Amino acid sequence: MSLTNDYIKQRLVEKFGEALTSFEESFDVLTFTAPAALNLKVMQFLYDDEELQFRFLTDLTAVHYPHLPDAELAVVYHLYNFREKVRLRMKIFVPVAAPQVFTATKLFESANWMERETYDFFGVDFVGHPNLKRILNVDEMTYFPMRKEFPLEDQSRIDKDDEMFGR
Amino acid sequence: MARPVQHNTKVKMVEMPKGYSGEGFFATSFDKVIGLARKNSIWPLPFATSCCGIEFMATAAAHYDLARFGAERMAFTPRQCDLLMVMGTIAKKMGPVLRQVYLQMAEPRWVIAVGACASSGGVFDTYSVLQGIDQIIPVDVYVPGCPPRPEAILDGFMKIQELVGQESLRRRHSEKYKELLNGYGIQ
Repeated sequence: MSLTNDYIKQRLVEKFGEALTSFEESFDVLTFTAPAALNLKVMQFLYDDEELQFRFLTDLTAVHYPHLPDAELAVVYHLYNFREKVRLRMKIFVPVAAPQVFTATKLFESANWMERETYDFFGVDFVGHPNLKRILNVDEMTYFPMRKEFPLEDQSRIDKDDEMFGR
Repeated sequence: MARPVQHNTKVKMVEMPKGYSGEGFFATSFDKVIGLARKNSIWPLPFATSCCGIEFMATAAAHYDLARFGAERMAFTPRQCDLLMVMGTIAKKMGPVLRQVYLQMAEPRWVIAVGACASSGGVFDTYSVLQGIDQIIPVDVYVPGCPPRPEAILDGFMKIQELVGQESLRRRHSEKYKELLNGYGIQ
């Protein structure tokens, strides 16, 4: 029996009921939104279930939506079932003022790097991560560069010599 | 019948510095002799991080032949090198590494910034890229281009040779030079 998106959705709704919202399919990948507090429970269910078997974390990243009040930061999980070759996308939304999300490192070792990277660029605070510090940017950086809160061209910058490299 | 191996008979020698000569002696100043020796035996340290590095490989290979300038001896230890050739984008995270390499070089040392990125950050006008290596180390010659052709790199190299050949032996001990280094936080 092949695993269909309808069946996955049915199983998720049976288990979590109204908690999961915004079910949709884009490019044949089932996508849904979960409450931030439930992210680990949903992933653990998807992992443990004998039929679903989503046991590989393909990707983990964040998106900044400045226009959504109290849900500015979306953390996106891409899960994969190797046996059935089925993908799944889960989103959780947290306010940018309190971006606390439970870490997935206990479930997937690969989340360690990706959560550090997501913290580095978006400032998502992964609660329980064993080593949450910057990974790609310089340690001295005081901001989260991929958040959409910066003007395209920062006129106050002093590290670009306007006299020689006029802009 | 012509010999199968042709020898190059058009070998160019560097010109003798000005001085006084007589039978059995030649007198000139240390500045000129040491400058002459230094400029024709520069040991480059290639610090290549991107496409300018590829152009440098062409520069060092047979067609453009950096060896013609006495610089065929690339060394990958900063302690023995005279010329730091920075070729490519230097991310801010790479900055301390580059600086450490510069600090490990013995005096006298020269630096050439090859390409737009090393000189000014180039097209990478962004939070993660150093906007020119002269923010962390002093630079003697800038080579423009994105990437510069090997001819341009050779031109920059010859500019360095001019600087090396004409440098006063006292320059590295001067107050002005110390000020320059202090400006970069180097003692």
